[in-house]
Parts: sequence; structure tokens; C-alpha cells
Amino acid sequence: MCLIVNGREVAVPEDPRVSLLDLLRERLDLTGTKKGCNQGACGACTVLVEGERIVSCLALAVQYDGRCITTIEGLAGNGELHPLQQAFIDHDGFQCGYCTPGQICSAVAMVGEVRRGVPSHVTSDLAAERVALDRDEVRERMSGNLCRCGAYNGIVDAIFDAFGDSPEEEAR
Amino acid sequence: MSLREKAKQRLQATAMSMVQKAVALAPDAWVPGGDPDPLIHHRNGLIGAPIPRLDAPEKVTGTARFAAEVPLDGMLYAALVYSTIAKGRLVSLDTSAAEAAPGVALVMTHRNAPRLKPLPTFTSNLRSAAQDSLPVLQDDRIHWNGQPVALVLAETQDQADYAKSLLHPVYEPGHAITRFAEAKAAGLETGAMMGMRFKDEIGDAETVLAACPVTVDEVYSTPRHNHNALELHAVTVVWDGDDLTVHDATQKLAHTAWSLAHAFDLAELQVRVFSPYVGGGFGGKGLWQHQLLAAAAARLAGRPVRLVLSREGVYRIVGGRTLTEQRLAIGARPDGRFKALVHLGTVAMTPHNNMPEPLIMGTRGSYAARALRLEVQAARVDMIANTFMRGPGEAVGTFALESAVDELAVRLGMDPIELRLLNEPEKEPTSGLPFSLREVEKIFRDGAERFGWSRRSQTPGQRRQGEWLIGMGVARGTYPHNRMPGGAARLTVTRDGRATVEFAGQEMGMGTATVHAQVTAERLGLPMTHVIATVGDSTLPGRVMAVASAQTASFGAAIAATHKKLVKELIGLAGNDGPLAGLSPDQVGGLNAGLAKLDDPTRHESYASILSRAGQAELTVEATAPLPLETMHWSMHSHSAMFCEVRVNAVTGEIRVSRILGAFDCGRILNARTAASQFRGAIIMGIGLALMEETQFDERNGRIMNASLAEYHVPVHMDVPDIEVMWTDTPDPHAPMGAHGVGEIGITGTAAAIANAVFNATGKRIRDLPITLDKLL
Repeated sequence: MCLIVNGREVAVPEDPRVSLLDLLRERLDLTGTKKGCNQGACGACTVLVEGERIVSCLALAVQYDGRCITTIEGLAGNGELHPLQQAFIDHDGFQCGYCTPGQICSAVAMVGEVRRGVPSHVTSDLAAERVALDRDEVRERMSGNLCRCGAYNGIVDAIFDAFGDSPEEEAR
Repeated sequence: MSLREKAKQRLQATAMSMVQKAVALAPDAWVPGGDPDPLIHHRNGLIGAPIPRLDAPEKVTGTARFAAEVPLDGMLYAALVYSTIAKGRLVSLDTSAAEAAPGVALVMTHRNAPRLKPLPTFTSNLRSAAQDSLPVLQDDRIHWNGQPVALVLAETQDQADYAKSLLHPVYEPGHAITRFAEAKAAGLETGAMMGMRFKDEIGDAETVLAACPVTVDEVYSTPRHNHNALELHAVTVVWDGDDLTVHDATQKLAHTAWSLAHAFDLAELQVRVFSPYVGGGFGGKGLWQHQLLAAAAARLAGRPVRLVLSREGVYRIVGGRTLTEQRLAIGARPDGRFKALVHLGTVAMTPHNNMPEPLIMGTRGSYAARALRLEVQAARVDMIANTFMRGPGEAVGTFALESAVDELAVRLGMDPIELRLLNEPEKEPTSGLPFSLREVEKIFRDGAERFGWSRRSQTPGQRRQGEWLIGMGVARGTYPHNRMPGGAARLTVTRDGRATVEFAGQEMGMGTATVHAQVTAERLGLPMTHVIATVGDSTLPGRVMAVASAQTASFGAAIAATHKKLVKELIGLAGNDGPLAGLSPDQVGGLNAGLAKLDDPTRHESYASILSRAGQAELTVEATAPLPLETMHWSMHSHSAMFCEVRVNAVTGEIRVSRILGAFDCGRILNARTAASQFRGAIIMGIGLALMEETQFDERNGRIMNASLAEYHVPVHMDVPDIEVMWTDTPDPHAPMGAHGVGEIGITGTAAAIANAVFNATGKRIRDLPITLDKLL
């Protein structure tokens, strides 16, 4: 049994209690994915599973046999920054930096959800084919990612900078 | 508190008051800051530039390693068992099943824990970082509900957590005082801390108040709060013989090293604490029991240990802000001039710590009332030690004060801004000291114009859009300019025109290293790219906590002193046969990668040239900052004018903050980008304080009930509108760099501005935080 993490094949741990988060942090030394509550309440451990965002603390590693996981370390290749990573720097979308990897991974998948026309609590027309990426949509959809330093304005600005002009842009 | 500690405190207070009187009367020139920092005159340089934080690439790529992320060979994982009673004894604890569980290397209880020397609390000892004076796993006594009673070490976290579940402590409960009413009835004491006594009486305020034609006299209350930094408290420790290395998440780096050395009876240099990144602090990332327990367990097991608190664990063993009950009374003349101001607060602390939330601090210097009665009284509750949390004192104290001012404005039929400005004092009312900087009128006028204050209806409940009632509120925030003793730094200039500045500073997201690299580059006349700032290692110079918005000023003063010494030594090296010959250090400054005569920049020699003529590859100097006497000579404070617009749903009572603006009077801003983020972040914590945050404490058994991020609500993206911030950028002539700290001012005043806006929207005055929707229905 194995899963693919950032393109690399990784054995599923023998202990079935191991969460995907602990597999990443403690066994693969991929510590970019953060542990903020281990209860699915803060979003710091958000990773991408084939483009979908999940909180890896509530995911058992064994459940992801054969699946492709992308973490903050695998978001951009070849030492480059993902456009959203650069936008977070440009808009000071963080202070301590602890929630940042989760915010970035979450936002990448969130834009994919908008692109697919998935409505949110603040979407006014649930039947619409296309959902506009406005500030309230971003705020509502990112509300599962807490930032105690309060970099929320910068995060929303960064998301718009990276994705706002072309909401149709393929979320990587 | 013991009689000895009380006597010590009284002595400290007496000594402090004598020093204060002497320093207040000294000539300006004798006091640090008497001569303005030359940096104040640097315009159009790096100071204030919105330079991105230097550690940004590491933080956005996940390569910044926090305390729980340092890999060590042979490392064990720890899990803690927390007491479920508030007071009493641990009668029995059978460890055999846990010890036999898979992967378990050690079960540590008071029976086998190494003996540790008790620590003085950090509010009573300048070197200590300890929050309370309790023994750590040394005996069978229980002091609070949540106290660690056992620690398990295992090969993996899952194994440690499972083994922990096999431990079933048996307790003999004692009588715990967990009800605030009972604690108050058992006795109140006037708060005193670090030589300050939280009591001021000027005139007979109660009598004056009673005779005033217009008065407000109300009770305001705020609940307990927790910091909830996103990073869990974590520590990775390893012993090498008697040398201890600790990877910690701390805002008290050098103090933690001293404390661990003291507890384990080692020399201070035998303990090295690293903390290059801290995932948020807000007052909570200090020395709690987990660092001592991890080090003790690692010593016992003979292997490295990682201890990461669970989120529940953070609530159990990391204290937060106390609850407060505050009486706030203002007596005024019909024209609005204050005659009497009364602010009395009652707070909780424990028998083993001393943190009487100093909620009158913001009231002391705010308004020109001739009769004042201010006091903080504390009751002792059996609970986890309460501690400092962002804007300690002012965050909750200004809620009462600035709500009451708004209530008075309503009674007088006056605009609340005009009422505040009418009562601006000319000198600090309690100390009589002159202000070093005070532009309160400017921030209110500029803020009001930008916010559109003139569109506010003075009568509440006048603006409505559909179901939504709309209101505007304003309040003033205030926070002292603090500088800590212990500032020191090391500065190195190399022959290739580069520099390194090193100090035992803490980086919790404020941008400490970035800002000091910026300041150092500006002083030296080097580009930012040529300066490295290194922090996060206890063996670097300086012993300054990142608290009280004081870190930037404390290390800034040290770097200024270090730079001065460096210039002197460079001039000595330059000798008598170069362009700087005959010049004194005061006549030169850093320019174009070298030194130049201030009024004749053609007399210039580069660092490369000076060092190479002297045959040196580099020059390193170290210096310490002078004692922070300036804060006893001038009244030094930051101020804010907070403007807020809220929308309150008339049907459901739901409250949304739709607009918020902060105008700040905080001296020179050193980095517009990182400062704006500090302002915004604190304002957001103020939104939490106003509308949602509350640590729910079960008064029956002293246990925190909502020990999770799901049940303790902090502001999320959807709760936060675009926040406008603006500042005067007027330097404080007596502060290092002309700058004040900016980390805490933003939370002060914010809760009152929101409460006042809620009143303006609905006509309902909420005096008990948080303002949840049930209180508006």
C-alpha cells in the first residue's frame, strides 16, 4: 500500500492510527503542513488531494492508499514560487507564518470550487452556472482557515492578485 | 502570596517611587532620549519603507522550521495527563499498564521525576520566565484543574497518546475556591507588580462625583480570554551530558534559558534555547510547565523528547486573561468638562502568581479630571495562572472607560469626539509628567474625515437598510511606550561592505528581524541586501522578552548604542591619514557603505577601505542599551482613534462589523507594511474581544469548558471587513528611532468603538462582553 506525496511514492504506515498529518510531519519530514488543533477546527493542516482541500488531521493515512497528495512543499516546482505564494509575500498575507501553508493550499482548491460553480453560503443565485469570485465569496469560503495574527485582509488581497483577474484560471 | 513576597513588593514599590521622583526632576540631557536619536532626521531612506519581511519565502513555502519541527535521532514523543480536580491530592496512580503498552519508554510522575528547584515568577524576578511559583511534578498536591500529573514517553505520538489513556489517577479533592464571588468574599488585595501599585487617588473623587450635575456610573464586565496562537505550544529538547538544548516556541528566549538552568541547577550557559520562528504569541508563549517536564523526561529517559501540547492541553496549562468587573464613573459639568473620574476593577489571579490585570493603566493618562480614583483589586482563585494577553490592562480597561465616555456624550447631547478633545490633559494627570508626544486631536480629526464621521446620526436607531440597523461608533485607545532593561546587541561590519546584527530577539510575526535589519542598514548607510539580522538564539546578546510592545525599542536602543561604539572604533582605525582624520564620532554618520562627515559628505571613507587599511577582515562590537529612564521622565504613550460601523440584524440580532478604521499616534513608523499588519491584527483581536471571545470557566469545578478552537470563537475571514489604518508618523523625540511599539495599541479602544456603534445602531447599551446576539434581542 502506498500513497503519492508531491509526486513521490510513500508507504502507508503500519499503524492504522497515524493521521495523514502525522505521516507528513513526523515520518516524511514534510513539516510545512501545520498542526494547529488536530480537531479539524483551524485549517492549518490543509493539503490537496487531487485538487480537493482536506484537513489532514482528520484523515487517516491508510484511507489515502493510491491517492495523490500535494502539500505546500509540492505546490510549485523547481524552487519557484506558486503565484499565490508570491502574492502572499506581496500583500503581507501572514505574520507568524504558521497558518500560511494551510491558507495557501486551501485557497488554491477554493478557487477550483468557484470555477466549478460550487455555491457557498453567500452565493445569491444557487442555480447560476458561474459563481463570481467576489470578496465575500472568498471570505466565506476561506473561513475554515483561522489566522490569529489577523492577516485576513492581506490573504484576501493575495487571492485576488493571484486569481482575481482570471477566475477561470486552472487551480494547480 | 507569602509575607516575604509581599514585603519584597512593598520595598520594590518604595524604591521605584524614589527613583521615579529623582528621574522626573533630572535635567533632560541626563536622561536617555534627552538628545534625539540622529536616525529621526533620516528622511527618504529605509526607515518607514514597506519592505517585505525577510523570512517571507521560508514561511510561504513551508520551509521555516518551528519548535516541533526539528528532527532529532532517537527522539521520543510525550503525552500529558491533566488533573480533573482543582485542588487536593493525587492519592494513587497505577502506571503498570501504561508502562507495558507498546512503544512506551517512560511514565513520569511526581514519584520518579527529577528534583527541580522552584522558580521565582517573572513578575518578581528580572531573569525568570516562570508564570507561577509552583513545583513541577514534585509532590502529590494539585493546585488547579488541568495541572499535569503524569507524562508518558513513547516511540510515536499515537503510542504515547494510547498509553496515556491507560492512566487513571485517583484524587482526594480538597476545598478549592473556584467561584469568583467566593474568592472576592475571601479577601481582595490592591494589585501591585514590578514596583508599580495599581491605585491612584487624587482629590476626593466620590464626593466630587456625587455633586456633579451630569454623571455616568456603570458596571462593565469582560470574560476570561485565551491567546490561541495557531501554533500549539511545543518544545523539542536534547541533553548532551549536562548541557541542554531546547527548541522552543517562546517570546521569552533568554529568560527561558535562565529559568531552565535555575530549575536543573546548571550554569546559565549550559542551556541554549533556539526559537527562530514562533507561530504567534500574544502573551501566551512563555515558560509553562511543559518545557520543564519535557527536559525532565528527556533527562530521565536519556533520549531527546518532543512535547507538543494538544489544543486542549494549551487551555489546561497555559493561562489566559482574567475576567474583569469594572465600575466606571465620570462626573462632568454641563459643558462636558470632567470633574471626577472613578475606575475600579476587580480581577482574578491565583495563590501562586501575581498578575493583577492592570486595567486602570489606560485611564491614568487619558482625561483631565481633577479628582481621580483608580484601583485594581485582585481575588485569588484556584485556577491555571492567568497571564498577560495582548494589551494587558488596556484592552479590557478601555472598553469600560470609552464606553462610559460615549454614555456621557449621549447624556450631554454632545459629539463623542468633541467631548474627548474637550478633556484632553496638558500633562499626565496622575504623574504630572510632560507628554513626550501626543497628537490625539490630529488622529481624531484626520480619522473622522477619512471615515466619514459627519454622516453619523447622533440619535440611535436612525439608519436602516431592510432588516439591518446601521450605526457608527468611536473610541480612543492607548498603550504606553515601554522599553525594557537588558537590551544588548552585537554588530559586525566586514571588509566586503556587509553587516550582521545579532541579538536574542524573538520573531513571532511582528517583523522584528526585518525591521532591525532595516534600521541597521540605514544607520550604516548600507543597502538592505547587505545586512543580516539574526535572532532566536538565547546565547546572543540581550535579555529582553517580546512583551509590552517593547521589543523594537529595547533592541533598537541597544543597536543604536552598538552602532555608536562601532563608529568610534572605525574612526580610531581610520587614523589620521584618511578623509575622516580629526573627526569625532558625533560628526560622522553612515553613508554609501562607509562613514562621512555629516555636513560635508565629500569627506567619506568606505568600510572596505577603513578595514583594509587597518589590515582587518571585519570589526565586531557589542554594547548594551542605557537603562530606560526616559519613561520615568516623560509620559510616553501611543494613542489611537478607532472608528467603526456595524450592521445589526433587527430580527436575529446578528452583528456584522462592516467598516473599521484605526488612526494611530505611535511615533515614527519603521516599516509601513509590517506595522500596518500589526495594527490590523490587533484590531481583529479587538473584534473578537467585542463580539465573540470567551473562555468558559465552570465555576463549580474550575475546569475550562470550551477548550478547543471549535468552541472558543476567534474571528474568521468572514468576520473581518477591509480594515483601514492611518498614522501620523510624527517621531517621538525621546524614543529610540523616534518610534513606539505597535503590537498592542490596535486592540485597545476597538471593543468600545464596536459597543458604541452597536448602541448607535440599536439604542441598546451592552456593558458585558462579548456582545452576542442574545444580548440584543
